[in-house]
Amino acid sequence: MDKTKPKQHTTIENSSVQQKQNEENPTREQRQFITPPKVNKSHLHGLWALTNRDLRKWYTNPIQLMVSLIQPIIWLGLFGKALNFGTFIAGSGATPAQQNAILLKFFGTTSYFSFLACGMLAFIVLFTSAFSGMSVVFDRRFGFLNKALSTPVARGSIVMGKILQSVGRSLIQAAIVLVIAVILGMDTTHFNPLGVAGAFLIIFLMGIGLSALFTMLALRSADWQTQMAIINLLNLPLLMASNALFPKTIMPTWLQDVVSVNPVSYANDATRQLLIGATGMNSLLVDFAVMIGFATILSAIGIVLSWRLLSK
Amino acid sequence: MEEVIKVEGLTKVFNGSLTAVDHINFSVEQGEIFGFLGPNGAGKTTTINILTTLLKPTSGKAEVCGYDVFKNANEVRRSVGVVPQEYTADEDMTGINNILLCADLYGMPRSDSKPHAAELLKLVELEDAANKKVSTYSGGMRRRLELACGLINYPKLLFLDEPTLGLDVQTRTAVWKYIKTLKEDYRMTLFMTTHYLEEADSLCDRIAIIDHGRIIRVGSPEELKESIGGDVIVVAVKEVEPDISSDIAKIKLVKDVKKNAEIYRMKVELGEEASPQITDLIRSKGLHVTRVSLTKPTLDEAYLEFTGRNLREEEVDKLQMFRQRRTMRQARS
Repeated sequence: MDKTKPKQHTTIENSSVQQKQNEENPTREQRQFITPPKVNKSHLHGLWALTNRDLRKWYTNPIQLMVSLIQPIIWLGLFGKALNFGTFIAGSGATPAQQNAILLKFFGTTSYFSFLACGMLAFIVLFTSAFSGMSVVFDRRFGFLNKALSTPVARGSIVMGKILQSVGRSLIQAAIVLVIAVILGMDTTHFNPLGVAGAFLIIFLMGIGLSALFTMLALRSADWQTQMAIINLLNLPLLMASNALFPKTIMPTWLQDVVSVNPVSYANDATRQLLIGATGMNSLLVDFAVMIGFATILSAIGIVLSWRLLSK
Repeated sequence: MEEVIKVEGLTKVFNGSLTAVDHINFSVEQGEIFGFLGPNGAGKTTTINILTTLLKPTSGKAEVCGYDVFKNANEVRRSVGVVPQEYTADEDMTGINNILLCADLYGMPRSDSKPHAAELLKLVELEDAANKKVSTYSGGMRRRLELACGLINYPKLLFLDEPTLGLDVQTRTAVWKYIKTLKEDYRMTLFMTTHYLEEADSLCDRIAIIDHGRIIRVGSPEELKESIGGDVIVVAVKEVEPDISSDIAKIKLVKDVKKNAEIYRMKVELGEEASPQITDLIRSKGLHVTRVSLTKPTLDEAYLEFTGRNLREEEVDKLQMFRQRRTMRQARS
């Protein structure tokens, strides 16, 4: 309902009276907007405004946040608890010491649940990032993208805004997943502030790289069905062909090769070393180097593509 | 007069085959309302998209506010305001926050954008709804908000793409009033596209009729109407004889006379002046006038004359049609 309508009518009447007066008086007064001030011409202006526009949709809508958290909780609670490798191995008649040795050999830790909890951090980042492209599609479809493109905001900022909002969500959701994992029994004996900070730095880098990937796939598209298909096509392979759910060592060699080039594996490897003190497949230095490279290269490609693909 | 838009030989070819805009030339002068009129798929939106730097021209030159739209795109973006055809405001945000978001995209400091946004909301009579979410706005309120967003950066030139598409009469009248205010009080130059001929007729100082990517005619609404032949006067007299056609033809303003039984049909210039002269002449010949009608040509007729009467069944851009349908739906909410 347009509640301002009655008011509008009176204003129209007023202004028509005013117009008559003006017509009688040929020297009609010129109106002026206040003089424009100097504007910020830096390449980063508007980046926070664009990021916050998308973040606001999320934090002002708690249902969306709740729903996006249910999936990893189900994985953690059902999959993580049901797949009890400890009982599995105990069934073969091994002593507790032997059990732990076997678990340690394959998972780098004696608790499969803790192993999976770290994988779930990657899971939530991956699934959040996958949808970063969708908002580009809808912005194009509903015309907001064209409006933004007609302003002097840097084309790269439009893409970076999408990436950063997705990373922001990923970090908060990962924090919530971690808390839930601890409540459900994740091993916290190795937690220390530096380790947790390092793990979130890794999550940040993974978020940037993955969101950049999915955002650039959406740059030219106005078709959300295609975008959904792309998300489904890439999401599960990126998850399954990584060490998020199972360790690399129990996989066939051809799959091991795929896992070794999947950046998600490096992120998991690092968070496991940092959070639960697991013995990893690479040194932390290698993991960080790979993740920094992944984030930098993909966001650089995203920005370069934004110059070429956002406008025809 | 300073030229705010200067377009020379502008051409846009999509995918190497579809020529949307074909070597068009025109210029828009400081302070005028320039209308782009044409059927769907004529090239209106493509032209506006090139002028607002959303599309790169295939060839030709376009200057807006003295800057080349391709080489100095950012300077063009800073000098113009754009009111797109679609409702682009964010549904989840309040009216004022939508305007401030636009201001942020122009890099305006909040110390300036806040008072300016309040000023603009007052201009479009939305100050009472400023703090309500856009999802609660009616179609007319959304359109007015879009207008305010387009004005946030103090543009010298404002682009309006189908500003009244689907609006009710009250809102349409209000939008027309704002457009006139911008031109007359703020000395702004406006470039608008429209489907509605009466809109172009009442608002525009000059109109370009565009079809199949080419500009067919440019002129004031009066010139365009004039160019398809002037006013038509039909006079019925009581007496079938005598035939005084040749006497009527001698009147200076009369260009052509046709007689059919007791009906005289004349093409004239300045119908209001010619009409009494004709009736006086008929009476002076001792005949009795029973009926007089004066028909002025409408822009509709001029438009149909230039673009043809055939219905258009060309394929148009899928995305553009989606957006147009969405705009119409929201306008009626």
